[in-house]
Order: sequence, then C-alpha cells, then structure tokens
Amino acid sequence: MSAAAPIGKDLLGLEPLTGDQIRLILDTAEPFKEISERAIKKVPALRGSTVVNLFFENSTRTRISFEFAEKRLSADTVNVAAGGSSVAKGETLVDTARNLEAMRIDMVVIRHGASGAAQFLAERIDSNVINAGDGTHEHPTQGLLDLLTLRDNFGDIAGRKVTLVGDILHSRVARSNIWGLQKLGAEVAVCGPRSLLPNAIDEMGVTVFPHIEDAIEWSDALNVLRLQLERMTAGYIPSLREYNRVFGVTRERLDAAQRDVLIMHPGPMNRGVEIDSDVADGPHSVILNQVTNGVAVRMAVLYLLAGGRPELAEAAKGGAA
Amino acid sequence: MAEQIEERRAPHTETILDARAVERTLRRMADEIVEANGGTANLVLVGIQRRGVQLADRLVRLIEANDGKPVPRGALDITLYRDDLQTIGPRPVVGSTNLPGEIDGVNVVIVDDVLYTGRTIRAALDELADFGRPARISLAVLIDRGGRELPIQPDVVGKTVAARKGDRVDVLVDEIDGKTGVVLVSAAGR
Repeated sequence: MSAAAPIGKDLLGLEPLTGDQIRLILDTAEPFKEISERAIKKVPALRGSTVVNLFFENSTRTRISFEFAEKRLSADTVNVAAGGSSVAKGETLVDTARNLEAMRIDMVVIRHGASGAAQFLAERIDSNVINAGDGTHEHPTQGLLDLLTLRDNFGDIAGRKVTLVGDILHSRVARSNIWGLQKLGAEVAVCGPRSLLPNAIDEMGVTVFPHIEDAIEWSDALNVLRLQLERMTAGYIPSLREYNRVFGVTRERLDAAQRDVLIMHPGPMNRGVEIDSDVADGPHSVILNQVTNGVAVRMAVLYLLAGGRPELAEAAKGGAA
Repeated sequence: MAEQIEERRAPHTETILDARAVERTLRRMADEIVEANGGTANLVLVGIQRRGVQLADRLVRLIEANDGKPVPRGALDITLYRDDLQTIGPRPVVGSTNLPGEIDGVNVVIVDDVLYTGRTIRAALDELADFGRPARISLAVLIDRGGRELPIQPDVVGKTVAARKGDRVDVLVDEIDGKTGVVLVSAAGR
C-alpha cells in the first residue's frame, strides 16, 4: 500500500508532508531533469492517463510547466480555463469536477483563488488532485522547485539560511517555502513591510528582519517574492518607488554584504520594484534554473501520484522481476 | 498456525558463483561480446540500473585490457518504461540514464545481471529506440534463470540457472554490496 501511494492520493501542500516525503519527491525529480535534455523529451510512464489542468486564475508559467511535465510523461492533457468554460455560467467547482470525472479522467491540477479549494475538491473526487496554487494558502510545486534549486546549489539544505522577501501576507509561495524549508532543517527568515507580514508570523518559527540589509547579511539565499501591484491601490504600501527604496534587492545592497547570496524569484518579476535587473540577471541569480527545475519537480509529483491500484499489486508481484 | 511454521523450511541459500568464478565468467563473456560484434569498433556497452551498470563497467575494462582500445559505455534506468506502473504503482527511480553520445548506427550491447521474465529488456529496447537507431542491439546477461514471459533471448550468457518461481537469484557486486558473487535463495516452505 505504501509503495502504491508514497506521498498519498493528492498533493495539497507541503505542510501535511513529512521531511522524508519531500526528500523522496526531490530525489525522484533528479532523474527527470535529464529527460528534458534528451532529443526525444518523452518517456511512457503516464501513457493512457488523462490529466485535466483546471485553472480558475490566470497563470502562464505554472500552467505551461505542468503541461510540459504531463506531456513529457506521455499523459493526455486537457486545459480548462475558467473564463471560457461553464464556470463562467455559474457552475460550482464540485459540479465541474464531477463532470470531468464522469469523462474518466485520472488527475486534476487545480489553481483557484480560494484557499482550500484543492482540498475541497480532493475530498469529493476519486482522481488525484494536485494543488497548483489555492488563494493565499499553498503552492506546493513552487515550494518544491525552490527546494530543488537550493539543493542543487548547496548540496544539503539543512542548516542553510533562507530569507523570503516581500509580500508574505498574500503569498502562497511563502507558506509552501516556509513549511518545506523547515521540514528539511533550514533556518527561515522573512523580510518585508509590517503591513505585508501575517499577524501570526511569530508563531511560524521564522526570524523577522525589518531591514533588508540585515536579511542580506544573514542569508545564504534570498527568495524575492513578487510584489502584487494591486496591493498598492489597496493601501498596503505607499508607492512602488518607496518599496524599491526600502526593500528592493539591489546590486549596491548585495555588494555591501561581505558574502555571496543566492538569488531566487518565483516570477513573474517586477524589475525595478522588488528586484533590480542587474541582480535578476547577475551571476548569483538562479531564477531560470528554478523554471527548469519546475518541470522536473512536477514530473516527479505526477509520477509519484500516478497509477498504483493496490488490489492488482499482489497478482502482479508473482511476475515481477 | 504453529504447526505450519514448524513444517516450513527456512529459505535455502546456495552460492552459484563466487568472486573468482564471476571474474572468469565475465572474461569469457567479454571475449564473446567482441567476437559477436566483429571487434570493438562501433561497440557500446549499456548497463541497466542498478547492477547491470557495474557489470558493464567490468566488461568494458576487460575488453579494453585485451584490445587496448577504449569502449564507450552508458547506463540505462528503465523505471519509466515499465509496464506495471498502473498496477503496482510508482517505484523509486533509482538511477540516471546516461548514454555516451549518439547511438545511431552503433552496435549496442545491453548488459544486465539477471534475465528472468524479459520485461526489463522489453522496456530497455523501448527506451533505446527513443534515443536513436542502433545498427544492432544484443543482450548480455550474467545469469539466465529462465521463466520468460516475452519472446526475448540473450546473445551472451554467463551462466544458466534453473530457478523456480518464488526463488531469488541475487547478483552481488563490490561497488554496491561490498562483495562479488551470485547466490540462489530458494523460496521457503518447500
């Protein structure tokens, strides 16, 4: 049974996973990196499986990354964007999913604006559900690809110091990162305007840096989060220019620190706001490695959730060699 | 219940090849591989993860020592080409796939430790086909234990062993197991 479902039926977040389960996903992602370097970028592992990408929020990078991962594993994929679907006609989430399931699908990748949407769905359908971002809750595959990128650069994540910079309050990427990093033994800090930190941040076991200079001095890696521009009109920050002046990750600030700091960003970047161009394109930036790792990590998750009907496993064991 | 346990015999372990016998066997296999492929030009040995990789390494060293010319070698992990993902579920992907350059037009020798049902080799053939079109693919195995479920036969065999269903044939290699040899573990309760 455990062999059939090493990380469970669904991937809803990193909070419910153990450190060993996270390490299994990262270890599984390693060999998948090589598949994307082949001339024929395809293996038959998920041949015959149907995956529905159900995106209720706009997304380019994550949806394309999932689609590449699915196609490179030979799954059949269908994209449903909320705008042009029956969702726009008022169908509920669970009705949409049940209709898809009636067409005999195997997995759903869901992005939704409401926190908990992925879990809501997972409890109501038999298909495997992968959370591709739900509200301000979690974005587990982004957390995993960040962990994989850190591991590529540091070997072991345990004991490393990582600071998440920017809008922690609204960021599902931040939550997945904090839980994932802590489970792998890293020290985690956050840095951003007090108005963009959750009230309960002190209960998450992270260090809070009010000043970006101190965060840079302390960190092995900075994960610079995207400042969602609509936050300014909502009054969380006075202006983009002021945000850049106080919290922007700039070349000058990095040069002032006496150490090399790895620079990550989940994208899409606001150049000149949370991160300067010469930092994003600089020698310590691994932002494009994150994108490459995203495909590998999503392939690993799809693979680990796929297949596995335990009732057939016993019968097949006799012939396994 | 207690009676059943008493009747049951403990698993019986028998050494089929010791380290020196493995070495002798590999030397003969190396010669046969070179002979069957008309020399070492155009020859590539590809080991199947995991222990096939170490055996391929040793065969390459033996061939190179004899012929004095380098022989490229690679590794193949066939986990993602298995036909039992839908039934047994995902297995850990243990190793990397790493081929030495293009395989179009070359003579590929697949090297594995034990040939049993033939399903691993079927998967390996499918995977190789995704990398190119070799002139010829042949199969070298240290142990052929019978029990095929597919029409696949080896070209070079170290030793044929009559093993029954439920028996286990374990090939041990220094690099992974700390010693070299082949043991037959008979199923308990017979």
